[in-house]
Amino acid sequence: MIEVKNLYKSFDEKQVLKGISTVFEDGKTNLIIGQSGSGKTVLIKNLVGLLEPTSGQILYDGRDFVHMSKEEKVMMRREMGMIFQSAALFDSLTVLENVMFPLDMFSSMTLRERKKRAMDCLDRVNLIGAENKYPGEISGGMQKRVAIARAISMNPKYLFCDEPNSGLDPKTSLVIDDLLHSITQEFKMTTIINTHDMNSVMGIGENIVFIYEGHKEWQGVSSDIMHSTNQKLTDFIFASDLLKDMRAAILKNE
Amino acid sequence: MHPTTNIESMIIHSYLTTFGRYLMLMGRTFSVPERFRMFWKQYVKEMEQLGVNSIGIVLLISFFIGAVICIQMKLNIESPWMPRWVAGFTTREIMLLEFSSSIMCLILAGKVGSNIASELGTMRVTQQIDALDIMGINSASYLILPKILGMLTIMPFLVIFSSAMGIGGAYGTAFIGHIMTPDDLTLGLQHDFIPWFLWMSIIKSQFFAFIISSVPAYYGYTVEGGSVNVGKASTDAVVSSSMLILFSDVFLTQLLS
Repeated sequence: MIEVKNLYKSFDEKQVLKGISTVFEDGKTNLIIGQSGSGKTVLIKNLVGLLEPTSGQILYDGRDFVHMSKEEKVMMRREMGMIFQSAALFDSLTVLENVMFPLDMFSSMTLRERKKRAMDCLDRVNLIGAENKYPGEISGGMQKRVAIARAISMNPKYLFCDEPNSGLDPKTSLVIDDLLHSITQEFKMTTIINTHDMNSVMGIGENIVFIYEGHKEWQGVSSDIMHSTNQKLTDFIFASDLLKDMRAAILKNE
Repeated sequence: MHPTTNIESMIIHSYLTTFGRYLMLMGRTFSVPERFRMFWKQYVKEMEQLGVNSIGIVLLISFFIGAVICIQMKLNIESPWMPRWVAGFTTREIMLLEFSSSIMCLILAGKVGSNIASELGTMRVTQQIDALDIMGINSASYLILPKILGMLTIMPFLVIFSSAMGIGGAYGTAFIGHIMTPDDLTLGLQHDFIPWFLWMSIIKSQFFAFIISSVPAYYGYTVEGGSVNVGKASTDAVVSSSMLILFSDVFLTQLLS
């Protein structure tokens, strides 16, 4: 479980996060949603330690990440996996080498064991056959799946995904969503996904945090969204006329 | 405060800030590698990429510069009062004392420096460095230390190859161009040889190797933004490392002579 308490983050004079407090639960796909510029990416970067919060606490199963020493943070990060918006695969390494990389760095397994583990992870994301290709030779969706395989290779307790569906077609997005959801349940991870994708919100959102202009505006599950009276949330989720009409029709039929 | 003084203090502040950040990055870079096996792999790869792959251009340039120096010396300082071995002697001294260490490093600052800055800059903007940090890896040490040590290791070989090829170029002018006799050239090359000059050349090149690898690494590693900034970092890296090589050459030459 990850608890965020009264988190503030400023860049010079501009305050981006304004006292966010929330809980991301174990074994669930936790979603952070919000408009562009609302502070989602800044929040996730604070959670993984790529940015230092101005004030507030981030507790990983009770351990205060903000006030940890540098060495403790390094150890803590080994319990995390992250999937970046751009996949962030290492260009000079093959798909297999990318997935093996965390194992090469931190595990005491033999080469054969590391290879087997990496192949198991690639199998889990349906990428057997692509192991000898370089990231530049595979599609965006495949790159995201490699990033997922790399992130889970060390069995992380916490998985962070920064807009995993960006730049993907709706069908591939669903594949990635299903994969993230099933992996979360399989490995009992705390997964936090930063997304704009409404299909993800309605499909896999077990705990949704809506950020609006740097503060937490709403938190709930996907089934609550339809009946929510929060105007800012409904304006964001049902932004298009088509979605507004669909919502109206569903509510009318209930 | 006078406006000019204000601008000067801002420039000084900016330079000091950059220098401070560079030192902090070097502090992170020079730490014990997390996995020696991975470090060794990177170290060998960097030696090949930065050093071995530069041998061709070093040999080519050195050969022609050696030949040209020999021709210029022969044609311009020839006099009945000068011994016939002078052209060979001056060619050796120029190649050994300046070209193979300093000028060759200036050339490498362009080739290797832009390579390092653009590689690390691209890794930064595509979040590959962030990915390393998230994994709990000291990205500065993992990426930069093998480059610096690889360059320091390979540089003495490049200096020796460059000097040897320059002398080869001089022999080319003697055998093919018949500018002078090979015996006169050999006499000049062997005349009053001071072994310390070879060491001096290698010592200087070690300082320059550090500049060529660490300064572009700083510019590349600290890139912010997109591809335009990567290009700018690459240019800044080459300009800064070239300037530093030229400045430090003056001090090192004075110190070691």
